[in-house]
Amino acid sequence: MTFQDRYTLAYKTYPYEKSPDQDLPAPVRHPVVIVGGGPIGMALALDLGLKGVGVLVLDDHEGIGMGSRAVCYAKRTLEIADRLGCAGPMVEKGVVWSLGKVFHRNEKIYEFNLLPEEGHKMPAFINLQQPYLEMNILDRVHAARAEGAPIQVRGKNRVDAVADKGDHVEITVMTPDGQYTVQADYLVACDGANSGVRAMLGMSFEGEVFKDSFLIADVRMKADFPTERWFWFDPPSGSGASQLLHKQPDDVWRIDFQIGWGANRTEELKEANVRRRVAQMIGEDVEFDLVWSSIYTFQCKRMAEFHRGRVIFAGDAAHQVSPFGARGANSGLQDTDNLAWKLKLILDGTAPAEPLLKSYDAERIHGADENIRNSTRATDFITPKSEISALFRDAVLTLAAKHDFARPLVNSGRLSVPCTYDGSPLNGPDTLADGPERTRPGSPCPDVPLEGGYLLDRLGDARGAQFQILAIDTEAPARFTAHGLDCDVMRLSAADSEMLRARYLGAAPGAVYLIRPDQHVAARWAGWDESAVAAALGRAIGKEG
Amino acid sequence: MGTLNTSRNLAAPDDVYDLLIHAHEGKTKAESDAFNARLILILMNHVGDRDAIAEALALAEV
Ligand SMILES: Cc1cc2nc3c(=O)[nH]c(=O)nc-3n(C[C@H](O)[C@H](O)[C@H](O)COP(=O)(O)OP(=O)(O)OC[C@H]3O[C@@H](n4cnc5c(N)ncnc54)[C@H](O)[C@@H]3O)c2cc1C
Repeated sequence: MTFQDRYTLAYKTYPYEKSPDQDLPAPVRHPVVIVGGGPIGMALALDLGLKGVGVLVLDDHEGIGMGSRAVCYAKRTLEIADRLGCAGPMVEKGVVWSLGKVFHRNEKIYEFNLLPEEGHKMPAFINLQQPYLEMNILDRVHAARAEGAPIQVRGKNRVDAVADKGDHVEITVMTPDGQYTVQADYLVACDGANSGVRAMLGMSFEGEVFKDSFLIADVRMKADFPTERWFWFDPPSGSGASQLLHKQPDDVWRIDFQIGWGANRTEELKEANVRRRVAQMIGEDVEFDLVWSSIYTFQCKRMAEFHRGRVIFAGDAAHQVSPFGARGANSGLQDTDNLAWKLKLILDGTAPAEPLLKSYDAERIHGADENIRNSTRATDFITPKSEISALFRDAVLTLAAKHDFARPLVNSGRLSVPCTYDGSPLNGPDTLADGPERTRPGSPCPDVPLEGGYLLDRLGDARGAQFQILAIDTEAPARFTAHGLDCDVMRLSAADSEMLRARYLGAAPGAVYLIRPDQHVAARWAGWDESAVAAALGRAIGKEG
Repeated sequence: MGTLNTSRNLAAPDDVYDLLIHAHEGKTKAESDAFNARLILILMNHVGDRDAIAEALALAEV
């Protein structure tokens, strides 16, 4: 059986090695098997491994794919990476831009300066080539493994069949040395948009296919070029609905050309043609090297359910969005953030499986729908679907050139903001009268600078599935135990932190927050109430309600 | 419901109507359509209230 690589590797990081599992007479059982070692599979493996959950990653390639796909990672993604201990090198390498320019046909209609909110450890977003992101996660996997985290990664291990046997999953794996079988308590399919596991189980993946294609080119400028984001509606070249240029590290700029559904791939990808488009955009006299180019189409689809029995889906396998607003990897990482602590509690026997997995479906489907809605709206603005829609779009752009009030209507993709799990079955009460909207139950905790660091440094759990209690200017015990979970209590005062007050108290004099291991708010109250906190904790791990 | 003012609200209805019709004089159909689109966006911003706009949209269905 020969292996055909479907893509070229940027880094061969996990070359095939025969595993002892392959020669054993009976299949080896692993707590969690992950299919796919893309950014999502690896981040999940890291999160689980740090929690002490034995995890095996199977990938049909031997490393990180060539070519940069994702470019833009939002703050929440960096916060998740920081909880896992790998945000540092990303932020260091990543590019932050703040000046954006919007063009319509021949003219620049306006520019804007992003002024990110203050008081966060992580920037609002960074631009970074996807192979670097994956490399950083993988480096952290290696470091964690050296410290004893039970993570295994096997390259050229292709999953060919999956069967849910009720009390475990049986997985048929093909390798250069032939086939073998492994078992898993839970299988997580992170095998990308064309998920084979999804097809094997005959599960649906529905939505909209956009009849459009994009030519992307990464170019390295030979001289200085501004670190700005340029977005063109109806570029003057007349060959496409939009163009986008933004900066990545290493003096590389990413350019996306929307070139229409009927575009001839082979013609468009010829170097001379790519160069012609790039020159038209950045100016004939700017010298550049073409680093990489490719053509892709996209769709906005999601599965009807993100898990069935013991098989769970995360990342592009579960949902796919258009690239406007850079949401694919960002939302996939939120899947892993949501899932890792739940699997840990289930495997430890601390929490019931089905309610917690159902909550993963509910919360992440909510997130996927939000992302699909946002990227569909951006797509509709950039590529209007009807005459009247085009009329309004042009009216917005005409007004935006002259009037500030129209600029918020211009939609060239909205930055991915973290999902608030409104209506989640895990959410407990919100009895903090006049508490801030942004920290209602379901919200990811916003960061706040504290003495000697940041709040998020102290919230959430990478090494286990600990819940925490945050008591701000109110009484609370030093520790709290219920439902087999030991929660530590962090006491803070807003007396000398306006940001803490604005983000967590609002008009209230004090507050108690119950915070999940993924840094989301489970419930909040005006003061300490032991039985209420115990009930909310039970609910947050799927035990009641 | 009830955010949208649907009671008589124009002190000089003939004047205002006249302004609207005059604004379109000398415009081609395409120019008028684009003008109307801009006008709707400007008024929408003035209203500034999602619910009122949603009610207005429903009302416009006739
Ligand atoms: C042009 C472009 C620009 C983008 N820009 C952004 C952006 O700016 N921000 C953002 O957040 N996202 C962006 N995305 C989306 C982002 O790239 C994806 O969401 C992300 O790669 C998904 O990661 P994943 O791990 O779910 O899947 P993948 O990266 O597709 O990884 C799947 C892995 O599974 C392996 N695999 C598949 N089948 C099997 C099998 N049977 N057995 C074993 N292994 C298997 C594959 O080899 C692969 O390694 C962009 C995408 C494109 C195409």
